[in-house]
Amino acid sequence: MKKFILDLVLKENRTLSNQYALLVLTSPEKLPEILPGQFAEVRVDGSSTTFLRRPISIHYVDYELNELWLLIQVIGDGTKRLAELKAGDAVNIILPLGNSFSEPTNKNAKLLLVGGGCGVAPLLFLGSYLKNKGFEVNFLLGARSKTDILQISEYERFGNVYTSTEDGTLGEQGFVTRNSVLKASNFDYIYTCGPTPMMKVIAAYATKTKANCEVSLENTMACGIGACLCCVTDTIDGHVCVCTEGPVFNITKLKWQI
Amino acid sequence: MANLNIKIGKLQLKNPVMTASGTFGYGREYSDFMDISRIGGIFVKGTTIRERQGNAYPRMAETPSGMLNAVGLQNKGVDYFINHIYPTIKNLDTNIIVNVSGSTVEEYVETAEKLNSLEKIPAIELNISCPNVKEGGMAFGTSCLSAAQVVGAVRRAYKNELIVKLSPNVTDISEIALAVEAEGADSVSLINTLLGMAINAEKRKPILSTITGGLSGPAVKPIALRMVWQVAKAVKIPVIGLGGIMNAADAIEFMLAGASAIQIGTANFIDPTVSIKVIDGINDYLDRHGFQSVTDIIGALEE
Repeated sequence: MKKFILDLVLKENRTLSNQYALLVLTSPEKLPEILPGQFAEVRVDGSSTTFLRRPISIHYVDYELNELWLLIQVIGDGTKRLAELKAGDAVNIILPLGNSFSEPTNKNAKLLLVGGGCGVAPLLFLGSYLKNKGFEVNFLLGARSKTDILQISEYERFGNVYTSTEDGTLGEQGFVTRNSVLKASNFDYIYTCGPTPMMKVIAAYATKTKANCEVSLENTMACGIGACLCCVTDTIDGHVCVCTEGPVFNITKLKWQI
Repeated sequence: MANLNIKIGKLQLKNPVMTASGTFGYGREYSDFMDISRIGGIFVKGTTIRERQGNAYPRMAETPSGMLNAVGLQNKGVDYFINHIYPTIKNLDTNIIVNVSGSTVEEYVETAEKLNSLEKIPAIELNISCPNVKEGGMAFGTSCLSAAQVVGAVRRAYKNELIVKLSPNVTDISEIALAVEAEGADSVSLINTLLGMAINAEKRKPILSTITGGLSGPAVKPIALRMVWQVAKAVKIPVIGLGGIMNAADAIEFMLAGASAIQIGTANFIDPTVSIKVIDGINDYLDRHGFQSVTDIIGALEE
């Protein structure tokens, strides 16, 4: 897919909590085609300690409204600057980058989209994409607390939503990996994004239940386009760039001890 | 419109702006964003005699105005380059220069010999300055004796333009430059990355899997500029300057300090089209100052 460097305009900054902001971006031009699982490299202006772009997964694309959504978790000064952007600000962005989640071949396949923390971001776009293709979508979303499970109503537009919080303030108490839906149902396809320990448990569950499983990795990156070779992960084919061969990997390709 | 053409030994460039090895892939990674044939030359990723997997992740740490990398020369080997990559890039209307690295003198020679036969590769850049490999690399570039040894051996085996990339991790870079000039290097490029380190205090652990890595970006520019100035005074062969160039003004500074051409590296990660902007910016500068040719500003620093 052809990549673009675009100056998008911030339409709205929906500050969701002191840790998360949802940036709604738009463009005078029609947004290019983007697939679920792909990401963007966002330039951070005005931060003396931020040198590189920030790789951010595509949270949602609304082609009718020509909107691109990015979910920003404030980690350091770079993401803080992004979370502080105001409506009307220009945002320089390279996209679409990386590969995408794959579509099941069987329309009746049972799907589970498992996200933890900020890892829920790409699953909203994936869920909307799969629902449009006629699949029944199940989300399993986990976080520390109720206030960290963001915009649950957005997910509910596209499928059933199961939740776990560590403090029990929403859904089942405990880690997402212990949610009862994992015991109650069998799934054919599991898509997951979140902290690596969580994804490893989900990958082990998928392996045990013979589900096809894709994980989205978020290694630190410099270029995002396969030039610097900094973001590699170890696979059965050796070191490969997460930015071009990923960020989505089938777990059978990764050398995870699960 | 000033004349931007320049010659580096036998190498004819349409302009002095090139992209640094390890920051521009094989050029095609950037072709969605611009016409890469506008660039004076593309230095492709460090190539070794056999495939290398490189170092373990994490390989990169962002630092103030720069970054550390410890990629460790990941590449598929020279034969893969010749058979699979070269055919896809050989018809680009720019100079494709292969950066060559090795663990032993023999490996450097063998790799260079294989590249001799490629019609559309007018030059190699001998990397005796990679700080991220255990054997070879920087070890060759930090003493006059070993630098001379490897350059002399490759010179006898390689007939085209031989550029030697120098390490800044030395006491006196001019001495190394003079040593490789004496062994037949046609030109030198400098600087490679500076050996550095980053620590995560919360975890009390190094950030890079290799603990140390190579620093690049604007943080290193003043050092690079000083070294280019010193080397350009010391040697008679052309000097290619690099290290933290982010824009046309930076590039012009390197040329005023004595560089005949420049390479853009880390800046490609932040703005993939930066090299085109630097070409246009140099042209504007020459017009604004009434220079007819870019050669007029090489070493034109008024001291």
